[in-house]
This record gives sequence, C-alpha cells and structure tokens, in this order.
Amino acid sequence: METSFVFNSPDDVQASLEKVDYISSKTITTAVFLADRLKKPVLIEGPAGTGKTELAKSVAASTGSRLIRLQCYEGLDEAKALYEWNYKKQLLRIQAQNLVTDADNETWKQLEEDIFSEEFLLTRPLLEAIMSAEQTVLLIDEVDRIEIETEALLLEILSDFQVSIPELGTLQAKRMPLVFLTSNNSRELSEALKRRCLFLHIDYPDMIREKNIIKRRVPEIEAALLEQIGEFVRSIRQMDLKKKPSVSESIDWAKTLITLGIHTLDTEVANDTISVLLKYQSDIDTAIKELAVHS
Amino acid sequence: MDLITEFVAELRQYGIPVSLGESIDAHEALISELIDDRELLKEALAATLIKNDTHREAFESLFNIYFGVSVEHGDTEDSEDNNKYEGEDSLLAGNTVAKSAKLSGGSSGSLTQEEVIEMLFNALLNGEKDRLNQLAKLAVSMFASIEPGRPVGGVYYLYRTLRNIDIEALQAKLKNALLKQRDKNTDENLNERFASDEATLRTEKLKKLIEDEIRQRLIEDRGKQAMAKTLKKPLLEDIDIMRASRQEMFDLQQAIVPLSRKLASRLANRRRHLRQGRLNWPATIRKSMALGGSLAEPIFKKPKISKPDIILLADLSGSVASFARFTLQLVYALSSQFTKIRSFAFIDGIDEITSYFDLTTDPMKSFYKINTEADIMWLDGHSDYGHALTDFVKKWPEAVTPKSSVLILGDARSNYHNPHSDILKQLSKKSKHVYWLNPEPKAYWDSGDSIVKEYAPFCDEVLEVRTLKQLELFVDKLD
Repeated sequence: METSFVFNSPDDVQASLEKVDYISSKTITTAVFLADRLKKPVLIEGPAGTGKTELAKSVAASTGSRLIRLQCYEGLDEAKALYEWNYKKQLLRIQAQNLVTDADNETWKQLEEDIFSEEFLLTRPLLEAIMSAEQTVLLIDEVDRIEIETEALLLEILSDFQVSIPELGTLQAKRMPLVFLTSNNSRELSEALKRRCLFLHIDYPDMIREKNIIKRRVPEIEAALLEQIGEFVRSIRQMDLKKKPSVSESIDWAKTLITLGIHTLDTEVANDTISVLLKYQSDIDTAIKELAVHS
Repeated sequence: MDLITEFVAELRQYGIPVSLGESIDAHEALISELIDDRELLKEALAATLIKNDTHREAFESLFNIYFGVSVEHGDTEDSEDNNKYEGEDSLLAGNTVAKSAKLSGGSSGSLTQEEVIEMLFNALLNGEKDRLNQLAKLAVSMFASIEPGRPVGGVYYLYRTLRNIDIEALQAKLKNALLKQRDKNTDENLNERFASDEATLRTEKLKKLIEDEIRQRLIEDRGKQAMAKTLKKPLLEDIDIMRASRQEMFDLQQAIVPLSRKLASRLANRRRHLRQGRLNWPATIRKSMALGGSLAEPIFKKPKISKPDIILLADLSGSVASFARFTLQLVYALSSQFTKIRSFAFIDGIDEITSYFDLTTDPMKSFYKINTEADIMWLDGHSDYGHALTDFVKKWPEAVTPKSSVLILGDARSNYHNPHSDILKQLSKKSKHVYWLNPEPKAYWDSGDSIVKEYAPFCDEVLEVRTLKQLELFVDKLD
C-alpha cells in the first residue's frame, strides 16, 4: 500500500479548494489537511446547506481523484454498501458445469472455488473505494440515516481501510482513499464511529466568507448588492428562527435579485423576496415584523 | 507530562470524553511541522479531540487558558528573546504578558478615562486590530484593578472594566458613526439595521479582547489549573434542571427541539427494527423465480408498530415546577412517537391540561395559561400526592388503560398528607407501566416529608432525573 500525501500544507488545501470555487475556512482546511496526513476519515456535521457534501466533491475535483459516493438511507445493508455475490451468474456457472459433466466431488470443489472468486463479486461503493487503483475520495453521505447497528459495517473500513469477505479473505486498500462522512445530526452517532474519525463542524459562514462564496457562484453580481446581501443575511441569522437561511439559500437569493434586475436592496424588495431565504411561514412573519422596526 | 496530555486531562475533568486513541491522534497531528500557528493548533486539537459541537465552547475556554491568547500583532522586539522553537511551552503566549506589563507601567499614567474611551472609539471605527488589542490591555490595566491572590472569577473584573469605558454608550456612538459612513441613497431602515449589527459585532469583539486579557492576567496570578477550575461550568447535559440559572434554563430550552428530533428518530428506528416480521412466503417464492427457483433471498413481512400511550401526571408546585415544565415540553415535542398523550397537572387538586398544549403555540404561553386557568389547587396549594391521585381516578376513571404508560413527575414530598398508595397500586395493575421521575438527588429521598418508598413498590421504576442526560436516557427506553 502506498502512503503518499495529497496536500503539502494547510494553505495548499485552501488554494486547491479555491481553484474549484470552494471557499474554505481555517477549520475546514485544517481538518482536510489532517485527514490526509493522519489517514483518517473526516466526520462532517453542521446545519443543512452549509456545503458539507460539496466539500467532499470539491476535494475530489481539486485533486483529480475519483469520487465514490455512498448515499445512506434506512435499511442500507451489506449487500448495498460493501459487496454482494452475483447469485445469477453463480447459478449460471453451476448449471453450465452440470451440462458438461456429472458433478463428482473433485469438480464440485473446484467449482466452489471458482464461483467464490472476484469474478462473481459485485462491488458496492465501499469495496469499490478500497479496490480502486487510482486516488479516490469516498463520500459516505448522511451517515446518520442508517441504523446504529449498520454503522458497524463501516468500522472496519474506516479504521483499517480493509474489507473482510469470509469466502475470499481480507482485501486491503490499494491506495488510501480520503474518506468524508456527512451527518445532519438527526441522531447521535456511535462512539465507536466518532472515535475513528476527525471531527469537523461546518457552521454558517461569517460575512466575509459568505460574500466570497456568493461572488464565486454568482460572478455577475455587483459589489454594492453583494455587500448588502451579506449584511442582510447576517442580520437575519441573528433572529430567533426555526430554520436560518443557509449558504445555498443566500446564493439562490442573490440569483433571484439579479434576475429581477435589482441593483440596491430596500425593505420592500427584501419583504417581497424573503421567501427565497426562509422556508417557514412563521419565520417569514417574524423576519418581516422585525425588519419593520427601527433598531 | 507534556502540555497536550495535561490539556486532555483537563478536558476529561470537564466531562468531555477523550479516548486514549484520540489523544494519540492529537499528538500525531502536532508532529507535522506544518501546524505552526496558534489557530492551526487550535483547529487541529479540536478536530482530533472534540467530537461533539456542544463541547466546543468548553474546549475554547480551556484552550485559551492552556495555550494563551492569540498574539495577532507581530512585535519583533520581544519574539527574539523568546525562542519560538524551544518546545511546546513557547506556545504559551508568554510575551503577551511582558508587553502588557510594559504598557500598563508606561503610558497609563498620563491618560485620562475620556482619552482612553476616545481612543477605543477610533480604533473600533477604523477597525484597527492591533491598536484595539493594545487598548484593551490598557483598559484592563487602568480600570479592572485586579487584586492579586483574590479568588474571584474574571466576571467581576470584566464588569468593572466595561462599566468604566461605558461600553453601551460606546456602542451607540459607534453605530451612529457607522451609519454616517453609509450610502445615503439606500433604504434608511436597512442602513440603520446593518450599522447596528456591525456596531454590536465590533463591540463584542472588544469585550472578548478585554475578557482574554483579564484571563491572561489571572492565569499569571494563580496558574492554569486553578483558573480552569474557576471557569468550570457544567456541560449542558449535566446541568441540574431544578437549580438551573436563567441563562442555563434558556440554553436547556434551546436544546429541546434538537434533542426531541434525535430521540424521535431513535425511537422510531428501534421500533421498526426491534423484531423481524414473519416470513412472507409468497413474496419469497416470487423473488426466487428470477434465480431459477433457488430461495436465495427470504422476504419478511413488516412488523406491526405499536406506539405507547402516555399519561403524564405532573406536580406543578413551586419546588419542582421547572422540572415538570421541562419534561412536559420534551414529551410533547416527541408527540409523534406516541399514540396519544394525556397530561394532568396537580398540586393538591388535579386538572387535565392536555388541551393547553397545542403544538403551534409557544410552550411558555401554555404554562402561563395553565397556571392561571387550570384547576390544580384544592385546599392550601401545598403538594398533596394522595389527594391528587384520589381525585385523578375519581374524575378520569377511563384515562388509564392496559396500553398506557403512566409517568409521574414529582419529588414525592407530600407535606405529611396521607399518601393513598393503594390508588397507585390500582393504577399500576390497570396500566402497562408506571414510572416515577424524581428530580431530587437520590440521597434526599425518604428524608423529611418525602415518601418515595410508599409509592416505589407500585412503580416499574423510580428514577432520579435531574439532568438532560438522565432524561434522555429515560425517554429512550420508554415504551
């Protein structure tokens, strides 16, 4: 197994992420850098829409690695996450054998060895990431959606980068993948899983970073409007809301304002378009009420 | 023992679980010579040691104690004699203190209070980081009057400094100045709001600088460990609900929604997977046809999901009201996980309060209405568990069914009234489970007028529930 490093320094992480339009923070670059150095997975938590999944995609894009994604859902099992034997092909193989000769002991043994070889193995994302000869980024998305028992499936691969298949033995990673797990924190993940990972909490960005992100995603935006959008979103996030606007929503909002041909923001425009930022009626009411008051 | 190990030990003291493996990770992370500035060090330690965002705040304050406050301005004159690569101890901002001493000795004598405030204002307005940093140190030297050896926390000194520079007036002045700088053509209302946001943010930063400086001086005076001890606050999940301060209560309230979401998905998950349904023969056979008749993949029926039916009896008398309210809120936040919830409040009389909990209204309003409208007082307004129970079965004999789980919230302090434990015995026979949640420490049970042992034999379990953690544990196994 090769151990080579993808990044030279935390600044290198930042620079290469910026090349693919991902504006990171010190917290993010440090975690990614350490993930590469210590060869440990990163568990990313934080509110929805702050760029958790995007980070993994951007790391893959910026390093030219292959992205392998495992979307988690309830009821995800070994056969969907790790590997599965190709029953149909195995059956065909057996039937083909029967046509040629009558099965005696010797041929059966050979047949058995045959049908439990890599040829009859269907690789699923986790095994795929291990077997890949090129540099890969493995994204295990929304890991909090699987049941706590299923988490155990991930443990071997997360700590040792290997998969044990009873019929075949243990398969070691050919190249260490960079692993990212995302979680929306809908349940507490098990200690065993957390212990194996580095932890990264991505929160709403501060104003400067947010403006940079919007600038990257909506390059045609005017500077004055960008400034106002930044300040407005910051102001809204300080209110007592059920769901605060995320970065993706402020990007949508910026696009909306441009489409509407707006050059400067005022209270009226804000009230009319605030439904792009806020998704609950009660939040919209709160925000409009607060905006009307002189602070 | 090196500094990192010491730091890890202190984190554990706080109740933050750090495993040996995580500690090793932290050390490994620091071997890389590329982790060379304080911010990087902090993030590297956080990524390896802190696996829960609610622990981040405690981590930050401990980090500041153990690794000093950031030295953002690079004065080269001092850094020469403090060899940077000596060892981990150089990470401690030793030179910060040296500098501040110089400042306090030299320039403070000649400046008046007004002049300092004016200088602070200008630094804030122009966003001069280094200058603000120095001025914060100056302000602390002049106004905090730190008395060496006095075992008080930093809050007192902070308050004294902020009062002397009149932080509120400063903020208002800053806001007006920022407003003047803004483009007049844009919306007045928004301008006002944005200026005020910016002013608040900048003064908060100043407050933090002052706080850091005071902390630094106290560490000088008393040492790291002692300082960590005075700063020690319980983690949110360990706060005693009955003794929570206003701020802590507020933080706890904020935690209810995320916690209920977590618990709900856990309960739902567990019910679904508790047992496998029976084999679905027809579906299995159908599936096998694709595989030439081999029964390769058995298909199971979905299990029937049974949700519990909750009856809550909550003591709302003064001594335990905050706990009862908190628990009621949590249970209602989880209402999707139960077939139905009926709740009753009592002191010495009892009344049904189910209708007050409408999910859309503010729970605080519900409690206000309960206190003013519900008929929970009978004689003198002192808890009488016996009478409340008797009344309960008299008024709502149909409420408890064999499917019900009865939760009683209270300290079982019945002011020496007749306990009527026979009623509870009836209830426990009629219902599926009876749980008693007692917010008092176990050591106090059965002392004075507490009659836990009268009721305990008829409960499935009597639990001490004083903290969020204990409450979470209980709700998690509720069925």
